[in-house]
Amino acid sequence: MGMTITEKILARAGGTAKVSPGDVAVVDVETACLIDLSFLPEGWREVLKVADPSKVMIVFDHLAPAPTVAAAEIMQTGREFAKRFGIERVHDIGRDQGISHAIIADNAYALPGTVLVNADSHTCAAGAFNCAARGVGGPDMLYAVTTGKAWFRVGETIRYDFTGKLRPGVSAKDIFLHIAGKWGAHVNQNIEYGGPGMSSLSLNGRRTLATMGTELSAEFVIFEPDDALIDYVRERNPKPFTPTIADPDAVYKERRTLDLDTIEPLVALPDAVVNNSMRISQVAGQHIDQAFIGSCANGTLDDLAVAARVVQGRKVAKGTRFIVTPGTQAIFRAALKAGHIETLLDAGAVVTPATCGACVGGHMGVLGPNEVCITASTRNFKGRMGDPSARIFMASPATVAASALAGAITSAAEFFQGDVG
Amino acid sequence: MRAGKVWKFGDNINTDLMLPGPYLYRSAEEQATAVFQANRPEWIKQVQQGDAIVGGFNFGMGSSRPAARSLRMCGVGFLLAEAINGLFFRNAVNYGLLACECPGVSTAFEEGDTAELSLEAWSVCNPRTAQTLPVQVVPAQLLEMMLQGGIYPLLAAQGLIASA
Repeated sequence: MGMTITEKILARAGGTAKVSPGDVAVVDVETACLIDLSFLPEGWREVLKVADPSKVMIVFDHLAPAPTVAAAEIMQTGREFAKRFGIERVHDIGRDQGISHAIIADNAYALPGTVLVNADSHTCAAGAFNCAARGVGGPDMLYAVTTGKAWFRVGETIRYDFTGKLRPGVSAKDIFLHIAGKWGAHVNQNIEYGGPGMSSLSLNGRRTLATMGTELSAEFVIFEPDDALIDYVRERNPKPFTPTIADPDAVYKERRTLDLDTIEPLVALPDAVVNNSMRISQVAGQHIDQAFIGSCANGTLDDLAVAARVVQGRKVAKGTRFIVTPGTQAIFRAALKAGHIETLLDAGAVVTPATCGACVGGHMGVLGPNEVCITASTRNFKGRMGDPSARIFMASPATVAASALAGAITSAAEFFQGDVG
Repeated sequence: MRAGKVWKFGDNINTDLMLPGPYLYRSAEEQATAVFQANRPEWIKQVQQGDAIVGGFNFGMGSSRPAARSLRMCGVGFLLAEAINGLFFRNAVNYGLLACECPGVSTAFEEGDTAELSLEAWSVCNPRTAQTLPVQVVPAQLLEMMLQGGIYPLLAAQGLIASA
């Protein structure tokens, strides 16, 4: 019997002909990404040997620039480590700053057909690049950096085949909310996205959907490669790679077809991402204190563009805080050149430097007691963005921007009327 | 055989609940005082060394933060759940928290029961009801890491990282 995309990549990286669900695969890691939190004194240990410094990269993202002395100290540890072992891909505060998954996408560090590990949970973001990428813990990162290897329990795979095309004003985040609402968690399972409608999604849209696979509790989330992806990677990364598709007789746990034309804008209610999606009309009018667009899921140039389009020539509601955080400083600069940043600022949004920021409740928009937020980011868990009594709704950037204008949860449909799909 | 008093938790218990974001920069000891403070603030004072957590579906969903270490440090002897989130399971292996999947466990135990776990038989027994359930086998190389304190001692022994 044949293998799925993930199984083929793990088999190749493990030097074996085949892996199957239930196996523990020990594989070569092509890219190992450390983040600021990797260097927390409670997790980091002095490394005595690095297997291959050219395969290691470092990004300071969760608390960047440092808001506390403790954050500043872990970055010092990271810089010393990079210097000692000659690690060149270091994304420190400055021009190359950003959220690790967005940095990996900007620079095409994730190579199709290879294995990537990262200390942050949203690492399956790189699955948009046909890369077997998984978020791992701090100890796994030490293992990968020092031995060049990682272990994985091989899970079964759910395959989604997309048909059709999203309607105007509907985004990849809405596809995710649809999947999360209809099928819930995919614990110990891999997700494979493909089908004739897949290429209608932009690479940024695929990134949003791949990133959110973490919230489905999937192991690996992987997209089929297409020409748009291969061209994008070749323009940015000179290393050779092997785009990987599933065998015709690959074994799936289940195969599901999703017609993109039928997807509607949705919102997730507070405290849980899965099995919690509603039509926007069901919560429309809910007062909000804060609206946020950012994170590895929704800090792409597409997301900033759609937010700017919605607020163009309008003003954020009085008493509402609208915070926008680009995924990387490179995205920030591109949005600046395109005029999106000026549009957002004119409307009354606050645009922050690229960082995980408000999404992780670290800084740049922490919620106070009993506040209500609508967010286009990764998680709406209780306490995630600040005080545990705060309520966090989750939706697409278009819905969040429209809600910021209204000061209450509202549909963005009116801003896309007349668009041709 | 290991016996632990059962604390029950539901489905989709996430790692933000076990290790709240504001504690990420605190010491491991301080982190272990904040377990479940948002959803069950009294629990941390009640849990005793060697107690067992019985969880539902997708236990440990969420981030890569070392929540498994907090559970181990606040006294949890072992964790049984209907299904364990893959990333949480990795951290359980790597930080040395004994964690196994056991379909049916959340209905077989009530809070306060004793769970008797056998890694020889790969089963768990509830002496109150005399019910015994099979526990899913953890592959040998992962179980060894789980029981021997995780990945740090392994890497230190190979001279790859400094000893604690």
